[in-house]
Amino acid sequence: MSDISPTPPSFRHLLGIEGLSAPDITEILDLSDKYVAQNRQVDKKRSILGGRTQINLFFETSTRTRTSFELAGKRLGADVINMTATASAIKKGETLIDTAATLNAMHPDTLVVRHPHSGAVALLSQKMDCSVINAGDGSHEHPTQALLDALTIRRRLGHLHGLTVAICGDILHSRVARSNIMLLGIMGAHVRAIAPPTLLPGQMDRMGVEVFHNMEEGLADADIVMMLRLQNERMNGAYVPSTREYYHFFGLDRAKLSKAKPEALIMHPGPMNRGVEIDSELADDISRSVIREQVEMGVAVRMAVLDLLSRHATNQPPIGPTDTLAGDGA
Amino acid sequence: MSVVAYTNARLIDPASGLDCIGALVTEDGKITELGPEVCKDGAPEGAEIIDCGGRILCPGLIDMRVFVGEPGAEHKETLASASQAAAAGGVTCIIVQPNTEPVIDDVALVEYIKRQARDKASVRIHPMAAITRGLEGQQMAELGLMAEADAVAFTDADRVIADAQVMRRVLSYASAFNLLICHYPEEPSLAGRGVMNSGEIAMRLGLPGIPTQAETIMVERDLRLVEMTGGRYHAACLSTAQAIEAMARGKARGLPVSAAAAVHNFAMNEVAVGEYRSFAKTAPPLRSEADRQAVVDGLADGTIDVICSCHDPQDVESKRLPFELAATGIIGLETMLPLALELYHNGALSLLDLLAKMTSRPAELLGLRGGKLAPGAPADLLIFDPNTPWRIDEDGFHSKSKNTPYHGRPVQGRVWRTIVAGKMVYSDT
Repeated sequence: MSDISPTPPSFRHLLGIEGLSAPDITEILDLSDKYVAQNRQVDKKRSILGGRTQINLFFETSTRTRTSFELAGKRLGADVINMTATASAIKKGETLIDTAATLNAMHPDTLVVRHPHSGAVALLSQKMDCSVINAGDGSHEHPTQALLDALTIRRRLGHLHGLTVAICGDILHSRVARSNIMLLGIMGAHVRAIAPPTLLPGQMDRMGVEVFHNMEEGLADADIVMMLRLQNERMNGAYVPSTREYYHFFGLDRAKLSKAKPEALIMHPGPMNRGVEIDSELADDISRSVIREQVEMGVAVRMAVLDLLSRHATNQPPIGPTDTLAGDGA
Repeated sequence: MSVVAYTNARLIDPASGLDCIGALVTEDGKITELGPEVCKDGAPEGAEIIDCGGRILCPGLIDMRVFVGEPGAEHKETLASASQAAAAGGVTCIIVQPNTEPVIDDVALVEYIKRQARDKASVRIHPMAAITRGLEGQQMAELGLMAEADAVAFTDADRVIADAQVMRRVLSYASAFNLLICHYPEEPSLAGRGVMNSGEIAMRLGLPGIPTQAETIMVERDLRLVEMTGGRYHAACLSTAQAIEAMARGKARGLPVSAAAAVHNFAMNEVAVGEYRSFAKTAPPLRSEADRQAVVDGLADGTIDVICSCHDPQDVESKRLPFELAATGIIGLETMLPLALELYHNGALSLLDLLAKMTSRPAELLGLRGGKLAPGAPADLLIFDPNTPWRIDEDGFHSKSKNTPYHGRPVQGRVWRTIVAGKMVYSDT
């Protein structure tokens, strides 16, 4: 890792892909590559975050993202704490700011946050002295997912520029789609959005995306097919008539996939609804599906992000009387 | 009782079209005489003389849409604090909305507001009462009795009467008493969980949007019901080009309809939401630049009759939340005049037309005696300099809440004196 310069990145928090530049993204992906190699060794542990505290604060249930961040922190030597806020705590609005103030007083070095409402992580970051990483906020962004997707593609195909990426599914509600559309756009890929109109925001074209309502047309000559999860409650007639109808028109099967490039890769952020948005056998086809590889890349990308953000923190005592915490009697 | 002569003033009375240099005399809380010849040979004997220094003297502003936390949320705003804010903003009469806790949907509660206002407020306060009990959009409240108790108009405030049959009967029943039905026009199922204008910004922020069509559809429905029933209808605040166009068509058909626009919807557009700025969360939502321009045009061509502040105080705690959870509302009493004057300084409206929308026009719609400069009219006056430059400063606000997105905005035009019933209630030092 000696050829990666130990300078801080241009951002203190990672709240979204929006605001990142192509060099920022390339730097993260380059460093991630090195962590992929490290993670494949028997000794996966480093101590560059030794003595630092990472808090994973999840206001929404998540298994893979939280585990991935936890593993990433631990492999870099940080002390990792997981906090899961209950549903009732979310409803009490003040809790978010109060929680931020409380956590801030514990002097964490990194806070990883997932929240069901768009913008909540950015709001929280304003109250924190440490680096904040957005692990998904509402329908807004999920930057580490987009980064791990980009890493997966880059390792398979060598580059992102000029590729045609078809994103398919519930784009309206998807933070993964928003982050991916932005990242792929910044890196010069052509992005297509394939979904029924009810699952697409009206102004999709303003993000430089080509919109398709017909999956065969949208998949034509695509290099990458990125499937999104469709939540069950949206298939009962509210957005699409039924699971059966959705799968018929927008589920990925071999017939539809045949329209894409012969070597096109299949991606999915998980968890998958087999038989709803993706054919089960296809999902497991290791010649086409990189779904498990995405999970592996996730850990490496998160290690790279934790590493880069930690470079902002100097090992100096804070200046001024920051230790007095008025009213902390609880 | 004392006689006061306001001399050396630019008298502007939108009701009569008067705009001249002259003087105005008040006695016992009423205007006695005004005009270019008044006080030419000196003020009446024993009169207190106030030299206006060439400033504009016009009727005090009437604000048709003010939310106050009393009763129920006095920590956000009381009738007393709202009246201080009003006085500082040159507003001499505020029409308070009934969505309090409890809801003003009963004669006793209308009287409670009037009593509280009389005892505690320095400006005139008139209640609008609920159209439906509990603002639930189902059963009609006692409209006639509340009108007798001096409810000036009826509204379900920020709630919508979704059921067309209910609205039809309300308009029909109200027509017998010539009551004004004031409705917030937004098709609720189409607005859904929306928290800002639908569009590119909402999409990028991942926030659910309210399409402009939600407003258009409701205005068009309401106009058809007015056509059917003959009830007097007022759209509480319009924010979209299409709805304004629909309103213009309704007026052209001769329907007894009127409309207001909130200052926010011409002073800002959706860009003000920026990165989840909850202080810019308001209802109707800030719209696109094209819609904002349509509001300005609608004011200029008379489709929109009234400018209201939509003063909606919210405490910091309810605003410092993720955008979707944050409270809706912006305070506006103290910024209404300078922000409205932007339309005059930009050349969009003449001073007379602009002031009419905050004085004579709301007075006509509500049947109030104020809103004009005329012998016998209440001495509710505003004296201001339309050109004084200053920066909006939330620290100087009299409102209990500070939820304003306008802090730091440079504006022109500042209140010098506010007079209610001949008594000075605000003086800029």
